[in-house]
Amino acid sequence: MSSLGPALGQIAVLVIALAVAVPVLGRYLSHVYTSPRHLAVERASYRALRLDPDADQHWKTYALSVLGFSLVSILGLYAFGRLQGHLPLSLGFAGLPADGAWNTAVSFVTNTNWQWYSGESTVGHLVQMSGLTVQNFVSAGVGMAVAAALARGLARNLQDGRVGNFWADLVRTVVRVLLPLALVAAVVLVVLGVVQNLLEPQAVHTLTGGTQAVTGGPVASQEAIKELGTNGGGFYNANSAHPFENPTPLTNLVEIFLMLLIPFAMAWAFGRIVGDRRQGGAVLAVMALLLGVSIALLTWAEMAGPGTAPGVAGGAMEGKEVRFGAAASALFGAATTGTSTGAVNSMHDSFTAPGGGVAMFNMMLGEVAPGGVGSGLYGMLILAVVTVFLAGLMVGRTPEYLGKKIGQREIVLVALYVLTTPVLVLVGTATAITASQGLAGLQESGPHGLSEALYAVTSASNNNGSAFGGLSSGTPFWDTLLGLCMLLGRFVPMVLVLALAGRFSAQRRLPPGAGTLPTHRPLFVALLSGVALVVVGLTYVPVLVLGPIVESLS
Amino acid sequence: MNLDLTGALPGALRKLDPRELLATPVMLVVEIGAAATTVMAVLDPTTMAVGVTIWLWLTVLFGTLAESVAEGRGKAQAASLRALQQETTARRRRPDGGWDLVTSTSLRAGDVVVVDAGERIPGDGEVVEGVASVDESAVTGESAPVIRESGGDRSAVTGGTVVLSDQVVVRITSEPGGSFVDRMIALVEGSERQRTPNEIALNVLLGSLTAIFVVVVGSLYLVADYSGAHQSAVVLTALLVCLIPTTIGALLSAIGIAGMDRLVRRNVLAMSGRAVEAAGDVDVLLLDKTGTITYGNRRAVALLALDGVTEDELAGAALLSSLADETPEGRSIVALIGSSASGISMRQPQADDPGGTLVQFSATTRMSGIDLPGREIRKGAASAVTAWVGCSDPELDALVDQVGSSGGTPLVVAESGRLLGVIHLKDVVKEGMRARFDEMRAMGIRTVMITGDNATTARAIAEEAGVDDFLAEATPEDKLALIRKEQEGGRMVAMCGDGTNDAPALAQADVGVAMNTGTIAAKEAGNMVDLDSDPTKLIEIVEIGKQLLITRGALTTFSIANDVAKYFAILPAMFVVAFPQLDVLNVMHLSSPESAILSAVVFNALVIVALIPLSLRGVRYRPSSAADLLRRNLLIYGAGGLIAPFVGIKLLDLVISQIPGA
Repeated sequence: MSSLGPALGQIAVLVIALAVAVPVLGRYLSHVYTSPRHLAVERASYRALRLDPDADQHWKTYALSVLGFSLVSILGLYAFGRLQGHLPLSLGFAGLPADGAWNTAVSFVTNTNWQWYSGESTVGHLVQMSGLTVQNFVSAGVGMAVAAALARGLARNLQDGRVGNFWADLVRTVVRVLLPLALVAAVVLVVLGVVQNLLEPQAVHTLTGGTQAVTGGPVASQEAIKELGTNGGGFYNANSAHPFENPTPLTNLVEIFLMLLIPFAMAWAFGRIVGDRRQGGAVLAVMALLLGVSIALLTWAEMAGPGTAPGVAGGAMEGKEVRFGAAASALFGAATTGTSTGAVNSMHDSFTAPGGGVAMFNMMLGEVAPGGVGSGLYGMLILAVVTVFLAGLMVGRTPEYLGKKIGQREIVLVALYVLTTPVLVLVGTATAITASQGLAGLQESGPHGLSEALYAVTSASNNNGSAFGGLSSGTPFWDTLLGLCMLLGRFVPMVLVLALAGRFSAQRRLPPGAGTLPTHRPLFVALLSGVALVVVGLTYVPVLVLGPIVESLS
Repeated sequence: MNLDLTGALPGALRKLDPRELLATPVMLVVEIGAAATTVMAVLDPTTMAVGVTIWLWLTVLFGTLAESVAEGRGKAQAASLRALQQETTARRRRPDGGWDLVTSTSLRAGDVVVVDAGERIPGDGEVVEGVASVDESAVTGESAPVIRESGGDRSAVTGGTVVLSDQVVVRITSEPGGSFVDRMIALVEGSERQRTPNEIALNVLLGSLTAIFVVVVGSLYLVADYSGAHQSAVVLTALLVCLIPTTIGALLSAIGIAGMDRLVRRNVLAMSGRAVEAAGDVDVLLLDKTGTITYGNRRAVALLALDGVTEDELAGAALLSSLADETPEGRSIVALIGSSASGISMRQPQADDPGGTLVQFSATTRMSGIDLPGREIRKGAASAVTAWVGCSDPELDALVDQVGSSGGTPLVVAESGRLLGVIHLKDVVKEGMRARFDEMRAMGIRTVMITGDNATTARAIAEEAGVDDFLAEATPEDKLALIRKEQEGGRMVAMCGDGTNDAPALAQADVGVAMNTGTIAAKEAGNMVDLDSDPTKLIEIVEIGKQLLITRGALTTFSIANDVAKYFAILPAMFVVAFPQLDVLNVMHLSSPESAILSAVVFNALVIVALIPLSLRGVRYRPSSAADLLRRNLLIYGAGGLIAPFVGIKLLDLVISQIPGA
């Protein structure tokens, strides 16, 4: 196993880099979400938009702001897509069809970045930069704002359902966090060889004597925020497998680092916001534990591969880039599905059956290990509330998390949250494999066809956006179905989380005592991981059995 | 524990009415599933369909049986209480001062009745005139009669109790059907049981899990068709019932009823289930010193002789003055001297019957003693005895101060005009209280002692008892302020009290336990009543509250952990025909797909029956820290819940595979 050394080496480098960066960024994030001061540029933007950034919003106002902002974003993006042919820098591409424009608008506003199209042959620079790239920033910002609101709700004491100011959270996230980080990341990527220009496609003469149009563009700048904001929408159809997006194993590792950075840092920031760093540490530990297990399983599955050919090749190499190899592809695959990024540097459709199953299970966990920026944190906190409720009774007190009682109203919100995504995934999958238009999009039949449909719907409902491949999704049926999954899978949970934040903020924060369930100890970390696995496992095992599990056993 | 299963059966069958099951969505889904498989079994009576149908009905029945059994345990007590409600005639006072004879059921709040010796008090009320001894054994189980008198804190009377002596005038305070006994009957029968907040919340979560599994199984039907492995509705129903949390769903209300029942068995009536849950959450326990922490009567602990007086002299005089003294203090002096190995034992023979004249204690003399031929012995308060002797002694004053500052009460002894010394009387802390408070501390509960004593005395006793804090010279206002202060810090407070002046504090406390001997105002203000009027019971109430929550959590965890094994039994069985490679998932090596599915269903039903005793008895609870409790219960019910069904289903499969056709 000569390839095991590099495989472990890159993981070690990643762990060290994250261990250094996460606490620093987490501390900074907690400051961003709690500081009362505004920067000059922020104040100018509030004035321009006539917003009061110091108004402490009730959760309902906060939620309406989220929904209103996102609705405007969707409509704007839809218009951009439809009118592309009449806009400058379109590279000559026509407007998108209605279903395609709807799907893309929803996809980018929900931080999913599911792409039914090939970027290089469908959208021009203007839509890429002012439409999609802008959404890459603000959709990530919305997710982080909602997570910050939940953390504040937990930290507050008798605040009447007030959870902070959405506009301030959004603007600060973009101005103070995403823009500077993306700038640094883009420069690093350019230095490491990622393309960045605004040129028309260049004609090159191929070895065989023909000519080929090679599309360049603002790739590095989009790549940076694509990973950093766990967006995942590639400039090129091949996404991070494309040599212009991800040229070397080093850029590959940098991109993985960027994906994991903010989700883990949000967990750390959470601990600081609620005034107990151990709580953030525990949440982070659960995320790391689940991610670690999936990296190990996926790497094992891809490196061992089934059959003799992979044995000779040093792993299952179908659908993978030779410059990365099996281990780096597996690591990327685990990171992109563990976060809700959805960028791919290899074709998940060609993963071994267990490997594809692990990638799917990562998304089914609800994108919590470590999940999308913001959404990973609030998803994990919801699971923590479920855990406290189920197991917390066993210490002989009514359940509470961080001094907030989990009563009937709270559990209703949590129950609806837990229900939303499984219903979308299962109903969506069942619809897709029952309707003839759905079946028409599947490349394979049998268990692998099921996996293709299941993967697509799971990816959309959990706002991941990675594609399994093998599915022709650019049809009205699939565009509509996946668009609905993305929309409901993003905003229903968000509203529930904000309602929960409001409930928590209105509650008195009880001081912890010897009789309260400690939620920062290793036992709780294990318990929370167990609840995540069992609850998700029980929901999806039957359909997984008929898809990837049957496949891997054959 | 005796479980009256056959007696509970009719009730259990009545509860099969779907309308009764609306409150527990989990069991309603099972019943709908059972009804559906019944239809299919009739249309196509395979062994499998019939077997599944029978066991699904049994699953529902076992659930209602658990509830019925839990309720049945309160029925006997309710019957004896009903006997109290027989209609009697009452003499009601007219505005003009005369009396009407009316039936007890026609009395309204505000009516005034007169009750003579030998008569039954016609309704709950308050004594407004007179004093009487009342037999309350029917309500409290305590056979000794109690004194009820107008004014003060012992004015409340309960309808159905019997006046033994004298005559009292009672103002009725309850409307017909709303009396204390009515509420007790409703409580012990569980008929008026309101589900508690946490129980409702848990039901919501169980309902949403059920909803997820309905979607899982529903989508599986379509996915299975796509995969070319069509599944019959019987199999899918069996899968659904096995997955939804039937164990906890079936036992949830039984756990709640049994929790209330455990309180009733300790003679505590909780006026709301909410209070029982709140008891589990208590952070601060306010305990009255007297009767709870100390025995409530002072005991002699030391004899302090003055200079020039021998120990024997003092002991002898103290003994003689106390031999005929039947007060607890007097007896404790005799016990102290008898136990100490002093030379006075040789005087014992003559001391047995000292003769002479007893001088009884009176409030004016504040002394007691004995007059023997040639000897006059007195003991009592320092000022009274020095006045009797006619002189004071600085050394005596020093001893008196010394005893007082240590939290004790000095009793000065003198004989025939000569001061002898001081008996140190002390409030004695009950045995085992320190250990009990240590347990409380481990559970995260702070104990605060409330006392009317001065701070010096209070501190001494608080230290000796091992309470965390004390409130000295406490007035009712102080108590209320303390409760408010704790609650503002987010802590839950429990207390007990009996007087009218305790009522505001009882109402303010999250768990307020009123003593049954107390006033109506106190009983109305509290959310529990202790029929034994034993303040120590507060500790037991907290433990019962915790036990209730733990039992609920443990069975929920067990129920969900069970699902893992059921998947391993059912999923391979469902799809092994279409996909033979799935046989590797059949880790239990169950004999056939049909037998595997049936075994899972049967296990699912039997585990409910197996856990009925546990849900009625409650999970064993030992006071310890939250982390320890979690670790222990998680190991038993979490890990146990994972493993048990693997074993159970395998064993059932061995049996079921012997049945022809299965």
